[in-house]
Amino acid sequence: MIRNYDKLIFELSKEGRTGYSLPKNVFKENYCPCRLPAGLKRESKPELPEVTEFDVVRHYTNLSNKNFGVDTGFYPLGSCTMKYNPRLNEEISALPSFAGLHPDAPVEVVQGALEVYYNLAASLAEISGLSAFTLNPYAGAHGELTGLMIMRSYHEQRGDTKRTKVIVPDSAHGTNPASAAVCGLEIVEVKSTANGTVDVEDLKPLLDDTVAGIMMTNPNTLGIFETEIPEIARLVHECGGLLYYDGANLNAVLGKCRPGDMGFDIMHINLHKTFSTPHGGGGPGDGPVGVRAGLEALLPNPQVKKDADGVFYIDTDEKSAGYVSNFLGNFGVLLRAYTYILTLGRENVKMVGPLAVLNANYVKESLKNEYYLPIEGVCKHEFVFDGLADKSTGVTTLDIAKRLLDYGYHAPTIYFPLLFHQSIMIEPTETESKETLDEFIAVMKKVAAEAIENPDVVKNAPHSTPVRRLDETTAARSPKTTYRQLKG
Amino acid sequence: MSTILEGLRYAESHEYVKVEGEYGYVGITDYAQHELGNVVYVDMPDVDDEVTAGEDFGAVESVKAASDLISPVSGVVVEVNEALNDNPELVNSDPYANWIIKVKLSDPAEVESLMDAEGYKAAIGE
Amino acid sequence: MKYFPHTQQDIEQMLEVAGLKSMDDLYGEIPQQLLFDREFALPEAMSEVEVRRFFETLGNKNAKLACFAGAGVEDHYSPSVIAPILSRGEFLTAYTPYQPEISQGTLQYIFEYQSMICELTGMDVTNASMYDGTTATAEAMMMCVAIAKKRNKVLVSATINPRVKRVVETYAKYQGVVIETIAEKDGITDLADLESKLAGDDVAGVILAQPNFYGIVEDYTGVADICHAKKAMLVMNCKPSALAVLKTPAEWGADIACGDAQSLGIPMCYGGPYVGFLACTNANIRKLPGRIVGATTDVDGKRAFVLTLQAREQHIRREKANSNICSNQSLMALYVTIYMSVMGYKGLKEACELSYGGAHYLAERLVATGKCSLAFDKPFFNEFAVRTAAPAEKVLDALCAAGILGGVRVAEDILLVCVTEQRTKEEMDKFVEIVNNI
Repeated sequence: MIRNYDKLIFELSKEGRTGYSLPKNVFKENYCPCRLPAGLKRESKPELPEVTEFDVVRHYTNLSNKNFGVDTGFYPLGSCTMKYNPRLNEEISALPSFAGLHPDAPVEVVQGALEVYYNLAASLAEISGLSAFTLNPYAGAHGELTGLMIMRSYHEQRGDTKRTKVIVPDSAHGTNPASAAVCGLEIVEVKSTANGTVDVEDLKPLLDDTVAGIMMTNPNTLGIFETEIPEIARLVHECGGLLYYDGANLNAVLGKCRPGDMGFDIMHINLHKTFSTPHGGGGPGDGPVGVRAGLEALLPNPQVKKDADGVFYIDTDEKSAGYVSNFLGNFGVLLRAYTYILTLGRENVKMVGPLAVLNANYVKESLKNEYYLPIEGVCKHEFVFDGLADKSTGVTTLDIAKRLLDYGYHAPTIYFPLLFHQSIMIEPTETESKETLDEFIAVMKKVAAEAIENPDVVKNAPHSTPVRRLDETTAARSPKTTYRQLKG
Repeated sequence: MSTILEGLRYAESHEYVKVEGEYGYVGITDYAQHELGNVVYVDMPDVDDEVTAGEDFGAVESVKAASDLISPVSGVVVEVNEALNDNPELVNSDPYANWIIKVKLSDPAEVESLMDAEGYKAAIGE
Repeated sequence: MKYFPHTQQDIEQMLEVAGLKSMDDLYGEIPQQLLFDREFALPEAMSEVEVRRFFETLGNKNAKLACFAGAGVEDHYSPSVIAPILSRGEFLTAYTPYQPEISQGTLQYIFEYQSMICELTGMDVTNASMYDGTTATAEAMMMCVAIAKKRNKVLVSATINPRVKRVVETYAKYQGVVIETIAEKDGITDLADLESKLAGDDVAGVILAQPNFYGIVEDYTGVADICHAKKAMLVMNCKPSALAVLKTPAEWGADIACGDAQSLGIPMCYGGPYVGFLACTNANIRKLPGRIVGATTDVDGKRAFVLTLQAREQHIRREKANSNICSNQSLMALYVTIYMSVMGYKGLKEACELSYGGAHYLAERLVATGKCSLAFDKPFFNEFAVRTAAPAEKVLDALCAAGILGGVRVAEDILLVCVTEQRTKEEMDKFVEIVNNI
């Protein structure tokens, strides 16, 4: 039985304990930092824990027992693509022949690493139907920002300086407008139709010579494929703008259709969603950015290239949108994604999207009597319920999410998209089996029944988690963000 | 049922202004604080900043939402309610006593276009 | 395919429930011309055995060298306990801790990370981490402009790592923020130039580095007062491993501290993943971007941790948020948290002594060959710029042939050499011998 553990590492500290071992210092007598001028040295002593190595192992192992991951159980988290994270990826990323490389090592001794970068970029280009990729951005939001920098640079280098607006659907994730703002662009919202897709009639009057481009996901945040995308692409290109594809939902169409073929010019991919690298509790991810032919030079510096003799080298281009990261991105994450692509191979890449979409439709159809489905029809990789079908119970989406925790599931994405008041967004991913989904469906039905028969048990959930609902108001009103502040 | 005070003027975006001479005290209505829930932070402008009717001058935050503050009047901020820095919950407990900014009005006639208590009551459907 | 659980029977049953006849019906609404109907130009699926062999072959095209290169990325000792803890699926495969009831593991280690970063830097608050040191510094630049409100100029010292500077400049360019460079004089920031550039009363922030790009520990006495007198924020980009010994950004009077925490034991891994940190004084917490974890209690009064001050962030503030950052670099924050726990203050200090000692030993021995001289006569920490009689390129080539990555070339005849606790006296003696024989 796992004991209830609630200590901070600082609370294990005992003066005099150590957890490290370092080589004997043979230089100390002659060369010691104590000889630095007093004015350059630290005056205060940092209060770091004094613990043994074993204390550390047991402490963090106990902490891990209070966490839920994809390895623990089903994660129906919409828009997050919580698929299985293969262990082989981890093994490859830890290989000393890659993990020991310094970014300033001469290119002659890092050919293997550059080949990984180059070939992964080429694989992503093939899969997405674009011409070239950078793997330098660190995350989805970072990729978005990079993509928008490319968009702005494209217009500016053509002398078209008045294009300062980016069109974003009202159903978009908050990152889209935030990235546009950080890139110095102004947001214009385009409305959705009743079935959640971009309203082409509303789009038309927005398209003029101040538009830099449009940001879209396809399928959109409701899991609906934007079938009018060829027409949207035609209209946006006609007005001189570019189309940006937010790759958050790429898993839905992986192997089945490609953003480049839909007419998109720039896109980012979240390797930690579509290409199975772990989310790590919120990073590190990686956000490769791809562009169509003609825009390659604008990709961020540095760029990895291959010469006629097959030798890889690092290049910079003066037309580039700039530098967005320290070097060549989260290289360790790139190794994981490349391992995944090689393991899938060309034959299995084609099955990712279809199996993910099959799982989503199976769950949706199985639950639509108990939960209100605002948009009927075939969904893609995810779908949205607007709360319970029975609206009389007073049980909210938050309550349902918290009750699922009691049953050993992560909650779905809730209250997003903002188009509905009680959004419950479910994305099962292709790595979940029919049996797992059947059990989840049974639990969702059980919660819906509880909401009618015993609403209080749902409203006060969770009951069996390491902690229960938290006082977030006090946390925000008087923030205590360090141990020093907590002690008072 | 929200509290609506007579004598104040109200904007559709749920701010009120209480005019005293050439000054206006701007805050959010009881209805607004109730809709927002527990206020955890009020983002206020600096003294001497200019505000313009219909434009935002700050925001009120609850745990998981933020609502822009739209100024119902134009003018210069002469005072901000410093008490809200340490006790943002005052906006919940008495939003009318706890105004957010005091503005020297540049166009006092502007308030005429705002709703009176009766109009605001109708606007929020009470 | 081992990652797909669907049997043919499963697929048939599931299609039936979904009211569909075939897998193609799942994409029935998509215009035909958008469907991809050829083979991908990718290799065929590889078995685990083949994947291992594939990467072993690729790995053999890389060379493992004794690393004396630094310039922002250093080869530090990594305690053995870290990797096994990070590989626990409960940490590795978790999402961002939006459901605090089942994420106390992540939330608590972030709280511990925040506590330790604040102890090291002396700052009041920090966020849950950033992508890396370059983007953390760019975010610090954005904070300065957001706090100053009506100023959009930021000064950056010429002595900062150029890799950091170019990212700050890229972010600034798109936001219409003007970056001006404070001149360098004898390897350190020219304070007279700083004062003259502040004279216009239009500067939002000043970004300095400690130690600087050349490894020099700069004396910033009085600099905070100079900045604050002109209502400019002082940002210090620093190296956390050195902070066990060096004066902290807080002690220098900085408003914001930032940098890369790679030096806290993270493998070099050809440039990432690392972890950036961004810390500030209490007064500026509302402008601090990214996630922040705070302590609170649950309904039963039990201590617990939760993401707090979320209404500042992009998912709520959208285009009005100060930053678009969503994720932090959570798992790498765990990495450095475990590192700091294992090392403690004493271990960090000892690692500093080893690095400092080795660097000063090597510098002295190189100078003694008569074929090198120190480029600057200034106090340095574990990295130094050395002027070489032979072209730096040639020196690097000779060292490389002997299995040594000799440093980073920063000019035709200047080499930046870095020593950590991983380097042995024997390696340094070999380094010196090779240089002597050129």
